[in-house]
Amino acid sequence: MAFSNEQLERYSRHIILQEVGVKGQKKLMDAKVLIIGAGGLGAPAALYLAAAGVGTIGIADADEVDLSNLQRQVIHSTPDVGKAKVLSAKESMNAINPEVTVNVYREFVNASNITDLIAGYDFVIDGTDNFPAKFLINDACVLSKKPFSHAGIIRFKGQLMTYVPGQGPCYRCVFREPPPPEAVPTCRQAGVIGAIGGIIGSLQAMETVKYIIGKGDLLTGYLLTYDALKMDFRKIKLPDVKNCAVCGENPSILQPFDYEQVACKL
Amino acid sequence: MDEFAIDESIDITDVVCPVTFVKAKVALEELDNGQVLSIRLSDGEPVQNVPRSIKEEGHRILKLADNEDGTYNLIVQKIGE
Repeated sequence: MAFSNEQLERYSRHIILQEVGVKGQKKLMDAKVLIIGAGGLGAPAALYLAAAGVGTIGIADADEVDLSNLQRQVIHSTPDVGKAKVLSAKESMNAINPEVTVNVYREFVNASNITDLIAGYDFVIDGTDNFPAKFLINDACVLSKKPFSHAGIIRFKGQLMTYVPGQGPCYRCVFREPPPPEAVPTCRQAGVIGAIGGIIGSLQAMETVKYIIGKGDLLTGYLLTYDALKMDFRKIKLPDVKNCAVCGENPSILQPFDYEQVACKL
Repeated sequence: MDEFAIDESIDITDVVCPVTFVKAKVALEELDNGQVLSIRLSDGEPVQNVPRSIKEEGHRILKLADNEDGTYNLIVQKIGE
């Protein structure tokens, strides 16, 4: 496939890069990425991947845009309040780049639909805001041998790690089990500074692009933590865990399952 | 240009930076190692920047000929697959 003059201009800053070039841009245009959650993390990730020309982007979220989302979820605008987040996201992504195919899944991801959902994609971004979803995405990706980017944000802090099958520990290796529901506040209860989603979600987009073009070192085997108040990034080496319940030598988790979702008590 | 066997020719006098280099780069990526590309480019910014950028990518500049009409012909040998 030859690039049109318009494509050469649109992607010129990519093509000029030695690490991307024509080949890398074509890989991006052939790639399929699924973003689960169109919120604080998913918003910047979806915008940057659409702008980068990732050919097919799936976005899954069951919620509608709420006024309280707009402080950080920059893919949605004030007139979008009340609209399905996936539709609002698709409109913003196609406004930036009409060439991108955006598949929308207006549903909660759960054990019964996740395996089919991720099957058609090369890479998955976890942009969810709760532990049951994060463990579900991890288990399903491990079991389907699907690379993915984990991230979480709360208050002024964020973290991320990248899982690639056979190249290091998974999320469950590190965190084992969701914490007890009352032990951890959600973003709704705890608050979250808007730009933290921009930083961590953009890092997820960056990991995705690097995975697709096959350049650089991914955050596999490491957890990156960011404390905005202290302006401190830490890259923590993760140990190999042989007895992980999903990716270890004798796994006890053989198919995805749902932890109980706890309603936010406010 | 007789001294080089030209495999492909492009004209980038109708575009400006950075599309000049982008077009040259796209043309080079489509060639095989050792093949030769002739690029017609404008005086000024293109002739200052495009040869340097091509060199940085590891290709070999064989010749830069002044056409004396405000354009140049740059002959480049592709290095690498």
